[in-house]
Amino acid sequence: MSDMAAPSTAPDELPRAKTDWLPLLLIPALGLLTLPFVGSPSTWVTLTVAGLAMGMMIFLMASGLTLVFGLMDIINFGHGVFISLGAYATLIVLGPLSGWAQADSLGLNLALLALCILAAMAVTGVVGAVFERVIVRPVYGSHLKQILVTMGGLIVAEQAIHAIWGASPIPIPLPQSLRGAFVLGDIVMERYRVVAVAIGLVVFIGMQLLLNRTRIGLLIRAGVENPEMVEALGYRIRRLFVSVFVAGSALAGLGGVMWAFYRQTLTAGMGMEVMVLVFIVIIIGGLGSVGGCFVGSILVALVANYVGFIEPKLALISNILVMALVLIWRPQGLFPVARR
Amino acid sequence: MSSSPALALPFDETRRRGGIMSRVLSSDLPRSKALTVILLGILLLLAATPFLFSGSQPVSTAAKICVFIVLVASYDLLLGYSGIVSFAHTMFFGIGGYGIAIALERLGATWGSVLIGLAAALALSAFLAVAIGLLSLRVRAIFFSMITLAVASAAAVLASQLSNVTGGEDGLSFQLPQALRPAFRLLSEPVFGTAVNGRLLAYYLVFFVSLLVFLGLLRIVNSPFGRVLQAIRENEFRAEALGYRVVAYRTAASVISALAATIAGALMALWLRYNGPDTTLSFSIMIDILLMVVIGGMGTMYGAVIGAALFVLAQSYLQVLMGAGSAALAGIPLLPNLIHPDRWLLWLGALFIISVYAFPGGIVGRLRQARQ
Repeated sequence: MSDMAAPSTAPDELPRAKTDWLPLLLIPALGLLTLPFVGSPSTWVTLTVAGLAMGMMIFLMASGLTLVFGLMDIINFGHGVFISLGAYATLIVLGPLSGWAQADSLGLNLALLALCILAAMAVTGVVGAVFERVIVRPVYGSHLKQILVTMGGLIVAEQAIHAIWGASPIPIPLPQSLRGAFVLGDIVMERYRVVAVAIGLVVFIGMQLLLNRTRIGLLIRAGVENPEMVEALGYRIRRLFVSVFVAGSALAGLGGVMWAFYRQTLTAGMGMEVMVLVFIVIIIGGLGSVGGCFVGSILVALVANYVGFIEPKLALISNILVMALVLIWRPQGLFPVARR
Repeated sequence: MSSSPALALPFDETRRRGGIMSRVLSSDLPRSKALTVILLGILLLLAATPFLFSGSQPVSTAAKICVFIVLVASYDLLLGYSGIVSFAHTMFFGIGGYGIAIALERLGATWGSVLIGLAAALALSAFLAVAIGLLSLRVRAIFFSMITLAVASAAAVLASQLSNVTGGEDGLSFQLPQALRPAFRLLSEPVFGTAVNGRLLAYYLVFFVSLLVFLGLLRIVNSPFGRVLQAIRENEFRAEALGYRVVAYRTAASVISALAATIAGALMALWLRYNGPDTTLSFSIMIDILLMVVIGGMGTMYGAVIGAALFVLAQSYLQVLMGAGSAALAGIPLLPNLIHPDRWLLWLGALFIISVYAFPGGIVGRLRQARQ
């Protein structure tokens, strides 16, 4: 009878999932480990901030993909096109409002960036909904066909971007007050990277709150864990999935804007180029895990920065090495999603 | 993936009938009159191109078709027969090309260096294929796609950065062995109006090696080994339960396919007398291969022949047609842009999507269904 009595002693306490701290410790460990190799602490801080900014941008682009995969077991190789599309969508705003970019006022510049992001998210969200309906929906359940069809969607969409905006690269200058860098003593932090870190953190915290503190988040997490059960309980997992797909596409669009201003040129292939990093990141993080995706992004970007500083030749394959090491340690990624 | 009628064919009776043709084709006959006619047509045209057409453009196109038939057929061994999607196929293609290019440039233009280059390239390809396979195929098939994509892009970056070895973005130009140079004359008199020079020999080298590798791949997919691959594709669980080691079979398939792609890359480099990132390593070639496999027909080696022939012809000649169409529609907004000669990939991409949905057996599957 003691079994029966046990729950009543603490009726409000639900068993909590154990947090897996080990992967999280990787980031500070990596930082401390590289400090003696880099030498001067100020260079180290510069490298770290730059790496964090890069990691945030990769996270923005990768988070939607990993969530879509976790929820519906759909792998979208065409995700990169939403990055490109988001980047090109800035032209809709930058065209008429080019004066705002020249103005030497932080408020106007940030407003312009916000407008660009809104436009990009709107465009990629709508296109994402169409993409889901036309390209992805008929191939649920078959990974092989998903990979093929989404690659096809990528080809067509990339060519469509060429047809609409032309095939030659388009330069987009950073807004005036986001250029240059903050200098604190020996530490140099590019302004734009600081903005990128801020936006990335806001999105990450927002996603964590949404996933862990709201009803929709609860449904999404339950859907990742066991979609059939969620459906059996009477929730329309399809509608949930479409909204996650649209949100994921919009996040890719947001990441695309940040990435475009970072590169300061637009090409239709820019999304596909960065997709390689995105895939590495979601593999490292564990397919379907948002937290893993965040840790993976920062890990990859930091390693790339440190290695690039210490041994530039090695930086070309540092991502692959990180991935191989992580997979040898944890074959399912840092935070394996239970069911898969 | 689910079985569709065009992909999963029952054991057919033609196998028992024997005959020389059946022996050469490993009992895997085209099984459709139209398909037989088309395949014979392609074979004869490729065999006779140097004598039928004048100028270097048609011969170059034919050589490219031969190389791509091997490349696409070897990719089909992975995609169509084993049901795994690799994006590293161009990496192996590139390794073959660079093997030949580096060996001929460094060691001098002899047949010995061709062999050394090819052997080194084959060894490197086999090693990489095993490494990637063991790292990723044991986890999930979908990991394999993403990891191959990452590895292939790293290889492309390496090739363009290590410019003292690979020539970087410029690539490497090199001299061929004496017998393959245009100045070499095998016969003093022209045959059927075509000079029998080193260029002609080079073409037939490409043609016959491609034919042999293709027949070899056909042999492999129709062997018991190929049957196991198809069983794994249809139901991995069941194949494993029957006692086949899925990881070992998949890794073996990816090694064979990598080796064939390496040979294709070597042929490409020999024909072009040049190798660079754009001719063998770029991601756009990977997309071309995907298009050729799917449009031609996954899971049939003959699909590779038709896909490659159609695609290379479209690449060379469709643009001319579209240019004319675009000029005719000038003045209308957006429409001329959509059929601009540079947008030919848009239409092939659309055809690709429709292929995956509507006829997963590709052109070959369609032709075979029409017979029934």
